Amino acid sequence: MLEINNLHVKLEEEDKVILRGVDLKIGAGEVHAIMGPNGSGKSTLSYVLAGREGYEVTEGSARLDGEELLEMEPEARAAAGLFLAFQYPVEIPGVGNMTFLRTALNAQRKSRGEPEISAGDFLKLVREKAKTLKIDAEMLKRPVNVGFSGGEKKRNEILQMAMLEPRMCILDETDSGLDVDAMKLVSEGVNALRSAGRSFLVITHYQRLLDHIKPDVVHIMAAGRIIKTGGPELALEVETNGYADILGEVG
Amino acid sequence: MGLPKAKEDALAARLEALSLPTGGGWLATARAEALARLSEMGLPARRDEYWRYTDPASLNAPEAPIAHRFDASDEAPPFDGMDRLKIVFVDGVFDPAASDDLTLSGVTIERLSAAGDKDIHWAKGLYGTLETRGQTPVARPFATLNTAFATDGVVIHVTGKAAKPVSLVYVHESETSDAILHHCVRLEAGAELTLLENGPAAARFSKVMEVDIADGATFHHIRLQGRDHERRAVTHIFARLGAKAEMRSFTLTANGRLTRNEAVIELTGAEGRAHLAGATVGDGDFHHDDTVFITHAAEACESRQVFKKVLMNGATGVFQGKILVKPGAQKTDGYQISQSLLLDGDSQFLAKPELEIYADDVKCSHGSTSGAIDETALFYLQSRGVPRASAQALLVLAFLAEAIGEIADEDIAEDIRGRLERWLARHGAEG
Repeated sequence: MLEINNLHVKLEEEDKVILRGVDLKIGAGEVHAIMGPNGSGKSTLSYVLAGREGYEVTEGSARLDGEELLEMEPEARAAAGLFLAFQYPVEIPGVGNMTFLRTALNAQRKSRGEPEISAGDFLKLVREKAKTLKIDAEMLKRPVNVGFSGGEKKRNEILQMAMLEPRMCILDETDSGLDVDAMKLVSEGVNALRSAGRSFLVITHYQRLLDHIKPDVVHIMAAGRIIKTGGPELALEVETNGYADILGEVG
Repeated sequence: MGLPKAKEDALAARLEALSLPTGGGWLATARAEALARLSEMGLPARRDEYWRYTDPASLNAPEAPIAHRFDASDEAPPFDGMDRLKIVFVDGVFDPAASDDLTLSGVTIERLSAAGDKDIHWAKGLYGTLETRGQTPVARPFATLNTAFATDGVVIHVTGKAAKPVSLVYVHESETSDAILHHCVRLEAGAELTLLENGPAAARFSKVMEVDIADGATFHHIRLQGRDHERRAVTHIFARLGAKAEMRSFTLTANGRLTRNEAVIELTGAEGRAHLAGATVGDGDFHHDDTVFITHAAEACESRQVFKKVLMNGATGVFQGKILVKPGAQKTDGYQISQSLLLDGDSQFLAKPELEIYADDVKCSHGSTSGAIDETALFYLQSRGVPRASAQALLVLAFLAEAIGEIADEDIAEDIRGRLERWLARHGAEG
């Protein structure tokens, strides 16, 4: 599904190298987790994949089903099936959540040559998906993320994911700012979307999210590289011993 | 006190090109009186504080600078499907064939050019009166010039609930037309009127509207200034509101080389409400100036000024807005916001928000901002599959939403949103 080869990235504005040769291969239906200390480049990886400005790819590639992502506009990546759940979802005053969801959904359908969804079908769909995430009508009416609590913002991210049905989902520290109940709700939302044709890359600091969203593969990232890859037990090891041991071991 | 030589010369040159409309009974008296006042004040100059951000030269010029008519037929004319009483002026000249019959339940309408010879007490008392009151503390010579030289206009007397909106349509045909229109509107206690205005009017357009809104009356005003790129306009609204009277005025300006829209509003009775809003989009050689002066002279009145401008490719936006709270105008609720969205580094916004308060129990707030489009929000939308241009249009409309939200009629608001969306699409909003 997603194949990243030798990805090197630096900040455009300053000469600061963030990613120093990331290699990652995620198969269809797999859930991978990336853990790592602050500043290891986890969030940068997610932004670069989604196409945020301000980063310069100096080497390497990232392909989604064989298609080079790095040459596409962000909207084309979304249409190709990539989705990034933001660590800090953006507030957009003046744009209603419903309008936002419908505009996004129709834009993606249009780029795939599909007809726009009817107002009735859209309403039915959004209500059904919102219900399972405990997002009420009031939240759907409000401007995008404006005045939402941390938990509401993250639930809203998952709602977007559920509506847009991407094939490759990246979750950037979706657990940050969530209490136990909210984390459970968000995780259930994610788990409900797991399927043979959909893959996940879960970026997190902590093992606790991985208790809810069980990964197939766990990677440890440090200083812009993936330094160790293993099964779910690797996350537990981090939880018990911290990153120091692994960092020391790899040298 | 004599005028500086330059002002005197400018005024002489301008007057040379004009002639007082003939006839008109009481109107002739009002015109002569206005001309005398104009001779005292002269025409504005760039050095005048009130004209620091807008160059009045092309408005002062004896001849209207050439402005080619713009073909706006790719869009339906504004208010097309609405049931309204239409009054059409072509280059400032009344067009009887294109206009409806001037009879409407709850309303009496006369043409200004015919009103002077009739004994219309209220019009006689209103014409030039609010304009004169509006000359302090700041002189507004173009309004006085208008009172002296207006060739036509409408006088509208509203005694009940107007059966339908009155719609003034200003057609621009000649590239050298120089139109001067003056309207008077009087709403009796409890009366209601919606007044619509649209069209570029002329190569150069001067318009004054004096509106006297008695206790408990409601005046709604929606204006679309037409899409001509080269037209120039200087307009004034002078309004006086009685107790519990309500005024809402919204203006959409898209294009136009030079626009100066002044509004001078006086809240004279308790619990009056005046809302003024403007949405402006300008691309390139475009200068738009909103100059607003709201006086709270009675208790517990509410005023709102919401002005939003989207500027690109070297366009200029100006906002001069003032709230004056007079002694005794306790419980005043005044709100003023002026914002611009600059879509590139070449455009500019000049703002001068002012509060002057002589009462101690008031709530007044004002804010003015100028900024670029939020790149983070743009990326967020793109990451959800919305193409950059559409994402930008969505954010621009969101920026304008508060101003459009001041329109009471949801159908008109929706129509205006559509027009703005299409304008943005045409003007290739690449950020």
